[in-house]
Amino acid sequence: MHNFLLLALLVLVAAPCYSMADISLTRQLELRHLLKHDCGSCHGMSLKGGLGPALTEDVLMKKPRQMLLATILEGRPGTPMPPWKTFLTTEEANWLLDVLLQGQSDVL
Amino acid sequence: MSYKYTLPHFFCLIVCLITLTGCTSLRGTGDLGVVIERASGSVQIVETTGRTRLQQITGLGDLSHASIVYSRDERYAYVFGRDGGLSKIDILEGKLVKRVIQAGNSIGGAISQDGKLIAVSNYSPGGVKVFKADTLELVADIPATYGKLGERSKVVGLVDAPGQMFVFSLYDAGEIWVADLKQPTMPKVKKFKNIGTQPYDALITEDGRYYIAGLFGEDGLSLLDLWNIDKQPKRILSGYGRGEKKLPVYKMPHLEGWAVAGEHAFLPAIGHNEVLAVNRNNWKQRGRIKVYGQPVFAMAQPDGRHVWVNFAFPNNDTVQVIDTEQLKVVKTLKPGKAVLHMEFTPRGEHVWVSVRDEDLIKVYDTRTFKEISRLSADKPSGIFFAARAHRIGL
Repeated sequence: MHNFLLLALLVLVAAPCYSMADISLTRQLELRHLLKHDCGSCHGMSLKGGLGPALTEDVLMKKPRQMLLATILEGRPGTPMPPWKTFLTTEEANWLLDVLLQGQSDVL
Repeated sequence: MSYKYTLPHFFCLIVCLITLTGCTSLRGTGDLGVVIERASGSVQIVETTGRTRLQQITGLGDLSHASIVYSRDERYAYVFGRDGGLSKIDILEGKLVKRVIQAGNSIGGAISQDGKLIAVSNYSPGGVKVFKADTLELVADIPATYGKLGERSKVVGLVDAPGQMFVFSLYDAGEIWVADLKQPTMPKVKKFKNIGTQPYDALITEDGRYYIAGLFGEDGLSLLDLWNIDKQPKRILSGYGRGEKKLPVYKMPHLEGWAVAGEHAFLPAIGHNEVLAVNRNNWKQRGRIKVYGQPVFAMAQPDGRHVWVNFAFPNNDTVQVIDTEQLKVVKTLKPGKAVLHMEFTPRGEHVWVSVRDEDLIKVYDTRTFKEISRLSADKPSGIFFAARAHRIGL
Protein backbone atom coordinates (compact mmCIF):
# COMPACT_ATOMS: atom_id res chain seq x y z
CA MET A 1 0.00 0.00 0.00
CA HIS A 2 2.82 2.31 0.89
CA ASN A 3 4.33 1.56 -2.49
CA PHE A 4 1.09 2.30 -4.23
CA LEU A 5 0.83 5.72 -2.56
CA LEU A 6 4.39 6.51 -3.49
CA LEU A 7 3.80 5.49 -7.07
CA ALA A 8 0.57 7.44 -7.21
CA LEU A 9 2.40 10.49 -5.95
CA LEU A 10 5.14 10.04 -8.53
CA VAL A 11 2.59 9.65 -11.28
CA LEU A 12 0.86 12.85 -10.19
CA VAL A 13 4.06 14.81 -9.96
CA ALA A 14 5.43 13.55 -13.22
CA ALA A 15 2.17 13.21 -15.12
CA PRO A 16 2.41 14.13 -18.77
CA CYS A 17 0.30 16.95 -20.12
CA TYR A 18 -2.05 14.91 -22.26
CA SER A 19 -5.61 14.63 -21.01
CA MET A 20 -4.54 13.57 -17.58
CA ALA A 21 -7.96 14.32 -16.23
CA ASP A 22 -9.54 11.79 -18.55
CA ILE A 23 -7.45 8.85 -17.47
CA SER A 24 -7.90 7.63 -13.94
CA LEU A 25 -4.92 7.15 -11.72
CA THR A 26 -5.55 3.41 -11.57
CA ARG A 27 -5.60 3.24 -15.34
CA GLN A 28 -2.41 5.31 -15.56
CA LEU A 29 -0.67 2.77 -13.36
CA GLU A 30 -2.03 -0.05 -15.53
CA LEU A 31 -0.77 1.69 -18.65
CA ARG A 32 2.69 2.15 -17.20
CA HIS A 33 2.73 -1.50 -16.19
CA LEU A 34 1.70 -2.47 -19.73
CA LEU A 35 4.43 -0.26 -21.18
CA LYS A 36 7.13 -1.71 -19.00
CA HIS A 37 6.23 -5.37 -19.17
CA ASP A 38 4.19 -6.01 -22.30
CA CYS A 39 5.67 -3.43 -24.68
CA GLY A 40 8.90 -4.28 -22.89
CA SER A 41 8.75 -7.93 -23.97
CA CYS A 42 9.85 -6.78 -27.45
CA HIS A 43 11.26 -3.30 -26.83
CA GLY A 44 13.18 -4.18 -23.68
CA MET A 45 11.96 -3.55 -20.16
CA SER A 46 13.98 -0.34 -20.01
CA LEU A 47 12.69 0.36 -23.55
CA LYS A 48 16.19 0.49 -24.97
CA GLY A 49 15.22 -1.99 -27.67
CA GLY A 50 15.04 -5.71 -28.25
CA LEU A 51 13.55 -7.43 -31.26
CA GLY A 52 11.66 -4.13 -31.63
CA PRO A 53 13.43 -0.76 -31.78
CA ALA A 54 14.31 1.41 -28.78
CA LEU A 55 11.50 3.65 -27.52
CA THR A 56 13.71 6.19 -25.84
CA GLU A 57 12.84 9.88 -26.23
CA ASP A 58 15.85 10.68 -28.46
CA VAL A 59 14.71 8.03 -30.96
CA LEU A 60 11.01 8.88 -30.86
CA MET A 61 11.46 12.66 -31.01
CA LYS A 62 12.68 12.37 -34.59
CA LYS A 63 9.48 10.74 -35.78
CA PRO A 64 6.13 12.39 -36.59
CA ARG A 65 3.65 12.05 -33.75
CA GLN A 66 0.84 10.88 -36.03
CA MET A 67 3.02 8.08 -37.29
CA LEU A 68 3.88 6.99 -33.76
CA LEU A 69 0.23 7.10 -32.74
CA ALA A 70 -0.79 5.07 -35.79
CA THR A 71 1.95 2.54 -35.03
CA ILE A 72 0.64 1.98 -31.51
CA LEU A 73 -3.01 1.73 -32.51
CA GLU A 74 -2.78 0.01 -35.88
CA GLY A 75 0.55 -1.84 -35.69
CA ARG A 76 3.14 -1.86 -38.45
CA PRO A 77 2.66 -4.25 -41.35
CA GLY A 78 5.78 -6.20 -42.26
CA THR A 79 7.03 -6.10 -38.68
CA PRO A 80 5.93 -7.96 -35.53
CA MET A 81 4.38 -4.75 -34.07
CA PRO A 82 0.72 -5.64 -33.48
CA PRO A 83 -2.21 -3.18 -33.31
CA TRP A 84 -3.04 -2.24 -29.73
CA LYS A 85 -6.37 -0.55 -30.44
CA THR A 86 -8.23 -3.52 -28.97
CA PHE A 87 -6.65 -2.72 -25.61
CA LEU A 88 -6.02 1.04 -25.78
CA THR A 89 -8.18 4.04 -26.63
CA THR A 90 -6.70 6.83 -28.78
CA GLU A 91 -6.52 8.95 -25.63
CA GLU A 92 -4.58 6.29 -23.78
CA ALA A 93 -2.18 5.81 -26.69
CA ASN A 94 -1.61 9.58 -26.76
CA TRP A 95 -0.99 9.55 -23.03
CA LEU A 96 1.57 6.75 -23.41
CA LEU A 97 3.25 8.71 -26.20
CA ASP A 98 3.58 11.68 -23.87
CA VAL A 99 5.12 9.46 -21.24
CA LEU A 100 7.64 8.18 -23.79
CA LEU A 101 8.39 11.54 -25.40
CA GLN A 102 9.00 13.10 -22.01
CA GLY A 103 11.35 10.28 -21.08
CA GLN A 104 9.22 9.32 -18.09
CA SER A 105 8.71 5.68 -18.79
CA ASP A 106 10.94 4.73 -15.88
CA VAL A 107 9.04 6.79 -13.33
CA LEU A 108 7.65 3.52 -12.02
CA MET B 1 39.12 -32.29 38.58
CA SER B 2 36.21 -30.96 36.68
CA TYR B 3 38.31 -27.97 35.55
CA LYS B 4 40.92 -30.34 34.16
CA TYR B 5 38.51 -31.99 31.78
CA THR B 6 36.35 -29.09 30.78
CA LEU B 7 38.77 -27.35 28.45
CA PRO B 8 39.68 -30.40 26.32
CA HIS B 9 36.02 -31.36 26.29
CA PHE B 10 35.16 -27.90 25.13
CA PHE B 11 37.64 -28.01 22.25
CA CYS B 12 36.47 -31.44 21.34
CA LEU B 13 32.92 -30.18 21.20
CA ILE B 14 33.94 -27.26 18.97
CA VAL B 15 35.81 -29.57 16.60
CA CYS B 16 32.82 -31.90 16.46
CA LEU B 17 30.48 -29.01 15.75
CA ILE B 18 32.68 -27.66 12.98
CA THR B 19 32.93 -31.09 11.42
CA LEU B 20 29.19 -31.61 11.67
CA THR B 21 28.42 -28.20 10.22
CA GLY B 22 30.85 -28.89 7.45
CA CYS B 23 29.19 -32.20 6.72
CA THR B 24 25.67 -30.86 6.62
CA SER B 25 26.61 -27.97 4.37
CA LEU B 26 28.20 -30.27 1.80
CA ARG B 27 25.69 -30.85 -0.92
CA GLY B 28 25.23 -31.49 -4.62
CA THR B 29 23.54 -29.11 -7.01
CA GLY B 30 21.36 -31.50 -9.03
CA ASP B 31 18.19 -30.32 -7.31
CA LEU B 32 19.03 -26.64 -7.46
CA GLY B 33 17.71 -24.05 -9.83
CA VAL B 34 17.73 -20.36 -10.62
CA VAL B 35 14.72 -18.07 -10.90
CA ILE B 36 15.11 -14.79 -12.77
CA GLU B 37 13.67 -11.73 -11.05
CA ARG B 38 13.34 -9.64 -14.17
CA ALA B 39 12.54 -6.22 -12.78
CA SER B 40 15.11 -6.05 -10.01
CA GLY B 41 18.11 -7.50 -11.84
CA SER B 42 18.44 -10.32 -9.37
CA VAL B 43 18.14 -14.09 -9.33
CA GLN B 44 17.05 -16.51 -6.66
CA ILE B 45 18.68 -19.82 -6.07
CA VAL B 46 16.08 -22.43 -5.17
CA GLU B 47 16.06 -26.12 -4.38
CA THR B 48 13.38 -28.45 -5.65
CA THR B 49 13.50 -31.22 -3.02
CA GLY B 50 12.16 -29.21 -0.10
CA ARG B 51 10.95 -26.46 -2.46
CA THR B 52 12.65 -23.59 -0.70
CA ARG B 53 14.54 -20.45 -1.58
CA LEU B 54 18.20 -20.57 -0.69
CA GLN B 55 19.82 -17.30 -1.67
CA GLN B 56 19.41 -14.20 -3.76
CA ILE B 57 22.09 -12.70 -6.01
CA THR B 58 21.67 -9.07 -7.02
CA GLY B 59 23.34 -6.60 -9.35
CA LEU B 60 22.90 -8.55 -12.58
CA GLY B 61 21.58 -5.66 -14.70
CA ASP B 62 18.52 -5.69 -16.96
CA LEU B 63 17.14 -9.21 -16.77
CA SER B 64 14.04 -8.76 -18.89
CA HIS B 65 14.15 -11.72 -21.25
CA ALA B 66 17.10 -13.24 -19.41
CA SER B 67 18.09 -16.87 -19.81
CA ILE B 68 20.60 -19.26 -18.27
CA VAL B 69 22.84 -22.16 -19.17
CA TYR B 70 24.69 -24.36 -16.68
CA SER B 71 28.27 -25.57 -16.47
CA ARG B 72 28.52 -29.33 -16.83
CA ASP B 73 29.48 -29.73 -13.16
CA GLU B 74 26.17 -27.99 -12.38
CA ARG B 75 27.88 -25.57 -10.09
CA TYR B 76 27.91 -22.43 -12.20
CA ALA B 77 25.09 -20.72 -14.04
CA TYR B 78 25.71 -18.25 -16.83
CA VAL B 79 23.09 -15.53 -16.93
CA PHE B 80 22.45 -13.71 -20.22
CA GLY B 81 20.89 -10.31 -19.61
CA ARG B 82 19.09 -8.01 -22.00
CA ASP B 83 21.65 -5.25 -21.49
CA GLY B 84 24.49 -7.36 -22.91
CA GLY B 85 25.61 -8.47 -19.46
CA LEU B 86 27.05 -11.96 -19.10
CA SER B 87 27.24 -13.06 -15.48
CA LYS B 88 28.74 -16.21 -14.05
CA ILE B 89 27.22 -17.16 -10.74
CA ASP B 90 28.15 -19.88 -8.26
CA ILE B 91 24.91 -21.54 -7.22
CA LEU B 92 26.55 -23.49 -4.39
CA GLU B 93 27.98 -20.46 -2.67
CA GLY B 94 25.31 -18.10 -3.88
CA LYS B 95 27.58 -15.46 -5.24
CA LEU B 96 28.51 -13.63 -8.40
CA VAL B 97 31.84 -14.90 -9.71
CA LYS B 98 32.35 -12.66 -12.71
CA ARG B 99 30.38 -10.27 -14.84
CA VAL B 100 31.18 -8.69 -18.20
CA ILE B 101 29.18 -6.34 -20.40
CA GLN B 102 29.83 -7.83 -23.82
CA ALA B 103 27.33 -6.02 -26.06
CA GLY B 104 24.66 -3.32 -26.03
CA ASN B 105 21.65 -5.57 -26.30
CA SER B 106 21.56 -9.34 -26.15
CA ILE B 107 19.02 -12.13 -26.26
CA GLY B 108 20.45 -15.46 -25.12
CA GLY B 109 23.31 -17.87 -25.04
CA ALA B 110 24.57 -21.42 -25.15
CA ILE B 111 27.34 -23.59 -23.74
CA SER B 112 29.56 -25.76 -25.94
CA GLN B 113 29.49 -29.55 -25.96
CA ASP B 114 32.71 -29.74 -23.92
CA GLY B 115 31.51 -27.08 -21.51
CA LYS B 116 34.49 -24.83 -22.13
CA LEU B 117 32.91 -22.12 -24.26
CA ILE B 118 29.98 -19.79 -23.71
CA ALA B 119 28.38 -18.18 -26.77
CA VAL B 120 26.10 -15.14 -26.55
CA SER B 121 23.72 -13.96 -29.27
CA ASN B 122 23.41 -10.22 -29.63
CA TYR B 123 20.91 -7.84 -31.16
CA SER B 124 23.22 -4.88 -31.05
CA PRO B 125 25.81 -5.02 -32.36
CA GLY B 126 24.31 -8.01 -34.17
CA GLY B 127 26.39 -11.16 -33.91
CA VAL B 128 27.69 -13.89 -31.64
CA LYS B 129 30.53 -13.59 -29.17
CA VAL B 130 32.25 -16.58 -27.66
CA PHE B 131 33.90 -16.61 -24.22
CA LYS B 132 35.95 -18.98 -22.14
CA ALA B 133 33.59 -20.56 -19.64
CA ASP B 134 36.05 -20.35 -16.75
CA THR B 135 37.28 -16.75 -17.10
CA LEU B 136 34.68 -15.12 -19.43
CA GLU B 137 37.58 -13.97 -21.56
CA LEU B 138 36.58 -13.24 -25.18
CA VAL B 139 37.86 -15.88 -27.60
CA ALA B 140 35.90 -15.24 -30.79
CA ASP B 141 33.69 -12.55 -32.27
CA ILE B 142 31.37 -13.49 -35.13
CA PRO B 143 29.64 -10.38 -36.51
CA ALA B 144 26.32 -11.18 -38.24
CA THR B 145 27.15 -9.21 -41.34
CA TYR B 146 24.96 -9.64 -44.39
CA GLY B 147 23.99 -8.07 -47.70
CA LYS B 148 25.95 -5.82 -50.02
CA LEU B 149 26.10 -2.96 -47.56
CA GLY B 150 27.45 -5.14 -44.80
CA GLU B 151 24.62 -4.47 -42.37
CA ARG B 152 24.47 -6.37 -39.09
CA SER B 153 21.56 -8.58 -38.27
CA LYS B 154 20.00 -9.32 -34.92
CA VAL B 155 20.83 -12.87 -33.92
CA VAL B 156 18.21 -15.23 -32.48
CA GLY B 157 17.81 -18.92 -31.71
CA LEU B 158 21.40 -19.65 -30.64
CA VAL B 159 21.94 -23.27 -29.55
CA ASP B 160 24.81 -25.67 -29.03
CA ALA B 161 25.14 -28.70 -31.27
CA PRO B 162 27.35 -31.80 -31.10
CA GLY B 163 30.87 -31.35 -32.50
CA GLN B 164 31.65 -28.05 -30.73
CA MET B 165 29.12 -26.25 -32.92
CA PHE B 166 26.90 -23.30 -32.29
CA VAL B 167 23.91 -22.77 -34.58
CA PHE B 168 21.97 -19.50 -34.83
CA SER B 169 19.64 -17.50 -37.05
CA LEU B 170 19.87 -13.98 -38.45
CA TYR B 171 16.51 -12.25 -37.97
CA ASP B 172 17.06 -9.41 -40.42
CA ALA B 173 18.95 -11.43 -43.01
CA GLY B 174 16.90 -14.64 -43.10
CA GLU B 175 19.95 -16.85 -42.71
CA ILE B 176 21.06 -19.77 -40.53
CA TRP B 177 24.74 -19.98 -39.60
CA VAL B 178 26.60 -22.97 -38.20
CA ALA B 179 29.82 -22.04 -36.38
CA ASP B 180 32.38 -24.76 -35.74
CA LEU B 181 34.48 -23.86 -32.69
CA LYS B 182 36.80 -26.86 -32.58
CA GLN B 183 39.53 -24.26 -32.81
CA PRO B 184 38.01 -21.64 -30.54
CA THR B 185 39.95 -18.65 -31.81
CA MET B 186 39.30 -19.55 -35.45
CA PRO B 187 35.61 -20.31 -35.86
CA LYS B 188 34.60 -21.84 -39.18
CA VAL B 189 31.22 -20.50 -40.19
CA LYS B 190 28.91 -22.14 -42.69
CA LYS B 191 26.11 -19.86 -43.88
CA PHE B 192 22.74 -20.90 -45.22
CA LYS B 193 21.00 -18.04 -47.04
CA ASN B 194 17.35 -17.54 -48.02
CA ILE B 195 16.06 -19.81 -45.29
CA GLY B 196 12.89 -17.69 -44.89
CA THR B 197 11.80 -14.24 -43.74
CA GLN B 198 12.38 -13.07 -40.17
CA PRO B 199 13.39 -16.19 -38.24
CA TYR B 200 12.34 -15.15 -34.72
CA ASP B 201 13.49 -18.10 -32.62
CA ALA B 202 14.78 -21.61 -33.10
CA LEU B 203 15.36 -24.89 -31.34
CA ILE B 204 17.41 -28.00 -31.69
CA THR B 205 15.94 -31.45 -31.16
CA GLU B 206 17.21 -33.16 -28.03
CA ASP B 207 19.45 -35.52 -30.03
CA GLY B 208 21.15 -32.48 -31.54
CA ARG B 209 20.29 -33.47 -35.10
CA TYR B 210 17.63 -31.05 -36.33
CA TYR B 211 17.77 -27.27 -36.00
CA ILE B 212 14.41 -25.67 -36.63
CA ALA B 213 13.81 -21.93 -37.02
CA GLY B 214 10.33 -20.40 -36.74
CA LEU B 215 9.55 -17.70 -39.30
CA PHE B 216 7.62 -14.58 -38.51
CA GLY B 217 7.58 -13.07 -41.99
CA GLU B 218 6.10 -16.08 -43.75
CA ASP B 219 4.40 -19.38 -43.03
CA GLY B 220 6.30 -22.52 -42.16
CA LEU B 221 9.56 -23.33 -40.40
CA SER B 222 13.05 -23.90 -41.70
CA LEU B 223 14.64 -27.26 -40.86
CA LEU B 224 18.36 -27.91 -41.01
CA ASP B 225 19.59 -31.50 -40.72
CA LEU B 226 22.96 -31.31 -38.99
CA TRP B 227 23.76 -34.88 -39.94
CA ASN B 228 23.57 -33.81 -43.58
CA ILE B 229 25.10 -30.39 -43.30
CA ASP B 230 25.78 -30.14 -47.04
CA LYS B 231 22.09 -29.91 -47.79
CA GLN B 232 20.17 -26.61 -47.67
CA PRO B 233 17.60 -26.27 -44.89
CA LYS B 234 14.16 -27.30 -46.09
CA ARG B 235 10.80 -25.72 -45.46
CA ILE B 236 8.40 -27.69 -43.29
CA LEU B 237 4.83 -27.11 -42.17
CA SER B 238 4.07 -24.48 -44.75
CA GLY B 239 0.65 -24.10 -43.19
CA TYR B 240 2.21 -23.15 -39.87
CA GLY B 241 2.19 -19.42 -39.52
CA ARG B 242 -0.02 -16.43 -39.30
CA GLY B 243 -1.80 -17.26 -42.57
CA GLU B 244 -3.18 -14.82 -45.10
CA LYS B 245 -4.81 -12.55 -42.56
CA LYS B 246 -1.50 -12.05 -40.72
CA LEU B 247 -3.01 -12.14 -37.26
CA PRO B 248 -1.41 -9.87 -34.67
CA VAL B 249 0.97 -11.48 -32.21
CA TYR B 250 1.19 -9.92 -28.76
CA LYS B 251 4.16 -11.90 -27.62
CA MET B 252 6.60 -13.91 -29.71
CA PRO B 253 6.31 -17.63 -29.03
CA HIS B 254 9.40 -19.40 -27.73
CA LEU B 255 10.63 -22.48 -29.46
CA GLU B 256 13.22 -23.54 -26.91
CA GLY B 257 10.62 -25.40 -24.96
CA TRP B 258 10.05 -27.63 -27.97
CA ALA B 259 8.00 -30.48 -26.76
CA VAL B 260 8.52 -33.94 -28.06
CA ALA B 261 6.28 -36.66 -26.73
CA GLY B 262 6.15 -40.05 -28.38
CA GLU B 263 6.03 -39.70 -32.14
CA HIS B 264 4.72 -36.15 -31.96
CA ALA B 265 6.32 -32.81 -31.50
CA PHE B 266 4.22 -29.94 -30.19
CA LEU B 267 4.68 -26.38 -31.38
CA PRO B 268 3.05 -23.13 -30.38
CA ALA B 269 1.14 -21.87 -33.45
CA ILE B 270 2.08 -18.28 -34.14
CA GLY B 271 -0.83 -15.84 -34.09
CA HIS B 272 -3.42 -18.59 -33.57
CA ASN B 273 -5.01 -20.00 -30.44
CA GLU B 274 -3.64 -23.41 -31.27
CA VAL B 275 -0.86 -25.86 -30.51
CA LEU B 276 0.26 -27.93 -33.47
CA ALA B 277 1.02 -31.63 -33.22
CA VAL B 278 3.58 -32.66 -35.77
CA ASN B 279 4.69 -36.11 -36.85
CA ARG B 280 8.40 -36.34 -36.08
CA ASN B 281 9.16 -38.80 -38.83
CA ASN B 282 8.01 -36.75 -41.80
CA TRP B 283 7.48 -33.32 -40.17
CA LYS B 284 3.88 -33.24 -41.37
CA GLN B 285 1.10 -31.77 -39.31
CA ARG B 286 -0.84 -34.37 -37.36
CA GLY B 287 -3.38 -32.15 -35.65
CA ARG B 288 -4.26 -28.73 -34.30
CA ILE B 289 -5.26 -28.45 -30.67
CA LYS B 290 -7.51 -25.54 -29.76
CA VAL B 291 -6.20 -23.70 -26.73
CA TYR B 292 -7.14 -20.68 -24.62
CA GLY B 293 -4.91 -18.04 -26.24
CA GLN B 294 -1.83 -17.51 -28.37
CA PRO B 295 0.68 -19.99 -26.93
CA VAL B 296 4.11 -18.81 -25.81
CA PHE B 297 5.69 -21.97 -24.44
CA ALA B 298 4.54 -25.53 -25.17
CA MET B 299 6.61 -27.77 -22.91
CA ALA B 300 6.46 -31.53 -22.53
CA GLN B 301 6.69 -33.17 -19.13
CA PRO B 302 9.85 -35.26 -18.98
CA ASP B 303 7.72 -38.41 -19.25
CA GLY B 304 5.97 -37.01 -22.33
CA ARG B 305 2.51 -37.68 -20.90
CA HIS B 306 1.38 -34.06 -21.03
CA VAL B 307 2.33 -30.82 -22.71
CA TRP B 308 1.91 -27.65 -20.65
CA VAL B 309 1.13 -24.40 -22.42
CA ASN B 310 1.13 -20.76 -21.34
CA PHE B 311 -0.20 -17.79 -23.30
CA ALA B 312 0.46 -14.30 -24.56
CA PHE B 313 -1.15 -11.10 -23.32
CA PRO B 314 -4.08 -10.73 -22.63
CA ASN B 315 -4.63 -14.43 -21.87
CA ASN B 316 -1.53 -14.82 -19.76
CA ASP B 317 -3.32 -15.74 -16.53
CA THR B 318 -3.87 -19.29 -17.70
CA VAL B 319 -2.00 -22.55 -18.19
CA GLN B 320 -3.45 -25.47 -20.10
CA VAL B 321 -2.43 -29.10 -20.07
CA ILE B 322 -2.64 -31.18 -23.24
CA ASP B 323 -2.90 -34.96 -23.15
CA THR B 324 -0.38 -36.16 -25.72
CA GLU B 325 -2.30 -39.35 -26.52
CA GLN B 326 -5.72 -37.81 -26.97
CA LEU B 327 -4.32 -34.56 -28.44
CA LYS B 328 -6.71 -32.43 -26.43
CA VAL B 329 -6.75 -30.10 -23.44
CA VAL B 330 -7.46 -32.04 -20.26
CA LYS B 331 -6.91 -29.34 -17.65
CA THR B 332 -7.09 -25.55 -17.41
CA LEU B 333 -5.34 -23.82 -14.52
CA LYS B 334 -5.45 -20.18 -13.47
CA PRO B 335 -2.15 -19.57 -11.66
CA GLY B 336 -2.62 -15.78 -11.79
CA LYS B 337 -1.78 -12.72 -13.83
CA ALA B 338 1.17 -12.92 -16.21
CA VAL B 339 2.36 -16.53 -16.23
CA LEU B 340 5.74 -16.23 -17.94
CA HIS B 341 7.48 -19.58 -17.69
CA MET B 342 7.25 -23.19 -16.57
CA GLU B 343 9.99 -25.63 -15.59
CA PHE B 344 9.70 -29.31 -14.68
CA THR B 345 11.67 -31.02 -11.97
CA PRO B 346 14.17 -33.42 -13.56
CA ARG B 347 11.84 -36.42 -13.62
CA GLY B 348 8.71 -34.37 -13.93
CA GLU B 349 6.69 -34.95 -10.75
CA HIS B 350 6.31 -31.20 -10.28
CA VAL B 351 6.17 -28.13 -12.47
CA TRP B 352 7.21 -24.68 -11.27
CA VAL B 353 5.28 -21.78 -12.75
CA SER B 354 6.32 -18.14 -12.54
CA VAL B 355 3.48 -15.66 -12.04
CA ARG B 356 5.01 -12.26 -12.63
CA ASP B 357 2.30 -9.90 -11.48
CA GLU B 358 1.66 -11.81 -8.28
CA ASP B 359 5.34 -11.99 -7.40
CA LEU B 360 4.99 -15.74 -6.94
CA ILE B 361 6.31 -19.07 -8.07
CA LYS B 362 3.59 -21.70 -7.87
CA VAL B 363 4.46 -25.38 -7.83
CA TYR B 364 1.98 -27.94 -9.18
CA ASP B 365 1.84 -31.70 -8.93
CA THR B 366 1.81 -32.95 -12.52
CA ARG B 367 -0.44 -35.93 -11.70
CA THR B 368 -3.14 -34.25 -9.65
CA PHE B 369 -2.71 -30.72 -11.13
CA LYS B 370 -3.00 -29.43 -7.57
CA GLU B 371 -0.93 -26.52 -6.33
CA ILE B 372 1.38 -27.86 -3.65
CA SER B 373 3.68 -24.93 -2.83
CA ARG B 374 4.28 -21.29 -3.47
CA LEU B 375 7.43 -19.23 -3.12
CA SER B 376 7.69 -15.48 -3.26
CA ALA B 377 9.86 -13.89 -5.93
CA ASP B 378 10.12 -10.37 -7.28
CA LYS B 379 8.51 -10.28 -10.76
CA PRO B 380 9.72 -13.79 -11.62
CA SER B 381 10.22 -14.78 -15.26
CA GLY B 382 12.47 -17.64 -16.38
CA ILE B 383 12.95 -20.70 -14.15
CA PHE B 384 15.98 -22.85 -14.93
CA PHE B 385 16.85 -26.05 -13.08
CA ALA B 386 20.40 -27.34 -13.00
CA ALA B 387 19.42 -30.61 -14.70
CA ARG B 388 19.54 -28.59 -17.94
CA ALA B 389 23.32 -28.86 -17.68
CA HIS B 390 23.31 -32.22 -19.42
CA ARG B 391 20.84 -31.60 -22.19
CA ILE B 392 21.83 -30.65 -25.73
CA GLY B 393 20.37 -27.31 -26.77
CA LEU B 394 19.52 -26.05 -23.27
